[in-house]
Amino acid sequence: MTTRLFGEPVRRREDARLVAGNGRYLDDLGADALAVAFVRSPHAHARITGIDVDDAVDVEGLVAIYTWEDLPEGVREPLPLLIPHPALTHGRTAYCLAKDVVRHVGEPIVMVVAADRYIAEDVCERIHVSYEFLKPVVGLENAVEGPNLVHDDVPGNVGAHMVQEVAHRDGRAARDVIAAAPHTLEFRLDIERSACMPMEGKGVYARWDADDRSLRVYSSTQTSTSVRMAIAAKLGLPLPKVEVIAPDVGGGFGVKIVHPWPEEILVPWAARLLNREVKWTEDRREHFVSSAHERAQVQHVKVGFDDEGRVLGLDVEILHDHGAYTPYGIIVPIITSTQLLGPYKIGSYRVEFFSVYTNTVQVTPYRGAGRPQGVFCMERTMDKIAQYLGKDRTDVRAANFIQPDEFPYDQQMIFQDGRPLIYDSGDYPASLRKLKDLIGWDDFPAMQAEAAAEGRRIGIGVGCYVEGTGVGPYEGGHVQVTSDGRVHVSTGLTSQGQGHETVFAQIAATELGVPIEKVSVVTGDTRRFGYAVGTFASRAAVMSGNAIALACRKVKEKALRIAADALEADPADLEITDGMVHVVGAPSASIPLATVAVLSNPLRYAFDEEAKRATQFATSGSMDRPPVAEGQEPGLEGKDYYSPVRSTFASGMHAAIVETDPDTAEIRILRYAVVHDCGKMINPMLVEGQIHGGVAQGVGGALYEKMAYDEYGQLLNASFMDFLMPYVTEIPRIETDHLETPSPLNPLGIKGAGEAGVIPVSAVIAGAVEDAEKIVIDRMPISPSDLYALRDSSRTSGAVSLLRNTQ
Amino acid sequence: MKPPSFVYHAPATVAEAVEALAAAGADGKVLAGGQSLIPLMNMRLAAPGQLVDINHVAGLGEITAEAGGVRVGALARHAEVEASETAFAAQPLVRRALRLVAHPAVRNRGTTVGSIVHADPAAEMPAVLALLGGSVRARGPEGERDIPAAEFFTGPMESSLRTGELAVSAFFPSTAGGTAIVEVARRHGDYAMAGVAALVGPDHARVACLSVGAVPVVVDVTEAQGDWARAARLVQERIEPEADIHATADYRRHLTGVLAERALKEAADA
Repeated sequence: MTTRLFGEPVRRREDARLVAGNGRYLDDLGADALAVAFVRSPHAHARITGIDVDDAVDVEGLVAIYTWEDLPEGVREPLPLLIPHPALTHGRTAYCLAKDVVRHVGEPIVMVVAADRYIAEDVCERIHVSYEFLKPVVGLENAVEGPNLVHDDVPGNVGAHMVQEVAHRDGRAARDVIAAAPHTLEFRLDIERSACMPMEGKGVYARWDADDRSLRVYSSTQTSTSVRMAIAAKLGLPLPKVEVIAPDVGGGFGVKIVHPWPEEILVPWAARLLNREVKWTEDRREHFVSSAHERAQVQHVKVGFDDEGRVLGLDVEILHDHGAYTPYGIIVPIITSTQLLGPYKIGSYRVEFFSVYTNTVQVTPYRGAGRPQGVFCMERTMDKIAQYLGKDRTDVRAANFIQPDEFPYDQQMIFQDGRPLIYDSGDYPASLRKLKDLIGWDDFPAMQAEAAAEGRRIGIGVGCYVEGTGVGPYEGGHVQVTSDGRVHVSTGLTSQGQGHETVFAQIAATELGVPIEKVSVVTGDTRRFGYAVGTFASRAAVMSGNAIALACRKVKEKALRIAADALEADPADLEITDGMVHVVGAPSASIPLATVAVLSNPLRYAFDEEAKRATQFATSGSMDRPPVAEGQEPGLEGKDYYSPVRSTFASGMHAAIVETDPDTAEIRILRYAVVHDCGKMINPMLVEGQIHGGVAQGVGGALYEKMAYDEYGQLLNASFMDFLMPYVTEIPRIETDHLETPSPLNPLGIKGAGEAGVIPVSAVIAGAVEDAEKIVIDRMPISPSDLYALRDSSRTSGAVSLLRNTQ
Repeated sequence: MKPPSFVYHAPATVAEAVEALAAAGADGKVLAGGQSLIPLMNMRLAAPGQLVDINHVAGLGEITAEAGGVRVGALARHAEVEASETAFAAQPLVRRALRLVAHPAVRNRGTTVGSIVHADPAAEMPAVLALLGGSVRARGPEGERDIPAAEFFTGPMESSLRTGELAVSAFFPSTAGGTAIVEVARRHGDYAMAGVAALVGPDHARVACLSVGAVPVVVDVTEAQGDWARAARLVQERIEPEADIHATADYRRHLTGVLAERALKEAADA
């Protein structure tokens, strides 16, 4: 039983290293490397008319100054548009260093290499860039109303326009269904920008080996394999001469899946050119103004429904702010459009989005990746329907649920992986029952009345979501048992603190029947595994977890075959327990897996006692067969890949009770409950950790975080003093319960869990504040100052919470 | 986020510190806890050419009971003042206010006098000093002087300390009557959107308000005669809140009224 670790709350094996300060993050490497700093645009939109470095060139310790003009072919072209899409008719990407025009505050213009970062920043201060100012475009509605353009050749600032329609089963279009529906509602929703904000910013450290003519690059990235290919291509190096390693990475949350960042090309390029080690470590201000943000959308919603609250037709128009560039394509609004449907059967659906340019930091996926906006839209819709009909909010949701016997359920759309949006499994009614029990939904009205009698305002909110996880195309795993009995697992995707060293070891230990102490895991190191996609979209456990399991099964099959020879037994009669291969029911007839590893590799030379057993005069193999049988390879190792036919769909439901202060308008979360279903759990403790962190980020997005741009495109809160990431003091205790509906799509039956916690939080909190205040909440995040203003305007307009039939 | 280079002085005595500051003139800056200055320097928002580090100066860390109050030395850390029974006995409001100053890590390093000299109108300790009618003792080339709080704060981040002067201590008077401090911050430990410290004595009542003016706004509300709602309205008339990304001016005015009433009630009941 000691090796059955799959499903157990095994403590994180990486924590002893990380908590004790023994992690090796990007800035811990390359202590002697030259440092890089950038002159970045202080203006949101301007034409560069001159760069004067005269004051800077004499600074002691300066090594090099580069502008776009200095960049060679390959490096001087625009950065790649990573995910093209037919609807993205006007995709635009930035240059590594700005060429002619800057389009957001923070865009890099000049690269400075110096002896250390202090000197590099001194030099930056002495470089004078002159500008011709262009009119900045800030705010979604300003962008579409014009007349100012972010890119001269993108009319109306519209980068992408996409319409998707799912007709009613009787063939009618959603708009016709809504027009004929018994009840309709129409409203507008707003969601602000936030950002991933990993504790460790980005960073790149490169060293060129002039003798070997090879390049080694460390990057704080979510995809080392793809960064490697990008560097090799841009610098014109043979792929085998470039290695990229993601060291310990202090959080990613999406921003580090974008690549190559300008610095990921420029730093290796400079290292090779200068033949010196070069390092750039992003500081917090740089991260605010030159990485990526997400979330901002304006949604116009029309919904038609029947007396039971069943949605007959839904029509959503989305204005999506993608900032100044579109390196990651239109993945975010596509996810919003498709995942908006949640656990519901929507009779007919039309969704249209305009993805528009503004002179702000580019928008790329942030944990949740468009889903929080979609769920906000759908869950606000459900609440409004319930209120309109005078029904319980959970009853309206239940009336629209896909039922357990309806899986696989085809939503008849195309998901972000280009494959059909077909839900594989789930049990939404069971999740809702668990959630209502956990939060005490049915007892709440009495609690609310009791509080009201004391002059207190409390409210409850609920939100449901479905999350497509584990998107392809593939991941791989390599597993090697060495002659000391150790098991070396590697996979190409990267880790940013999720606990991969633990869960992948649990899988390997369980599959191979070895103690977990024997298993070591390496991720994100192209020297160990060259083929991978990356860590994003709640995919690491599903993709690499299954690939590692499949690789282990290959190793196990080989081990049993070799052991069967040695034990003169049938492989089918063998099993592995605690690192010993033995005949089922006869533990004495056994051989250590370590010895099997020795025997797997026929040797000519003995270098230790164990190895003697595999040398040519020591083995007793048949003289009629070659030492390595045809079709076999030496060594006890295996490699395999997992490539899913489509994504697997996790789900969950959250509920919260909030209290609002009648005088100060402060909003406090009294309770927060989560029911989560990610299929079979590899490690329930890590799943809960993911939920806790996700909810915390969700609370940030609901109550605290926004990117405060002024009309000139200046980000007013580009520091942790004014960008209000919540502290632990702002996060309530999170109560969790689980449901496990296994995925039929993969060998382990698992679904992703990484993003789930963050997805419905804004919707849940909006519903709860609305319930406490009896004021419509259509814009998130909400601050005490916002709530005070809403109270004020609802008093003067008399529009207290009542939703009117728009017909 | 690295500061430009500067000349670093580490004087061992107050006299040496004053000498270094006087020599540096307008280019000099005192480093005590560094909780505001160092981030400003790292962001290159402040670039003093000469930094006079007073952390090695003996005798500046003391917290001493004096007639009518408590004197807090320039190197006494917030956490030490917060924990000091001497300070608490002389003026309990000091401890209560310090618990609202940032977080323990900041309070372990930051100094109370440093916070007062920094003169951020959103900070608690300048408001407390102003409410209590305390003073700052300054040592300069011309000797020592005590600057009353009412004259000390001259603008946002501006005080009446002269170039070359070192604030060596602050004096918090004991008071008859009750005190209280309440505030609303966006997150625990943040600078407050609004906050009110109150003092209610047998025949007088006054408040000091945070974040609603260029300096701590002290309002005498004795005339309200215990009608704290009326007192709150008096306070609202006197303040000049401004909008920022966290709160509108209207909300700050409203909030200050609510908090003034709460603080005065609490002080009256104390």
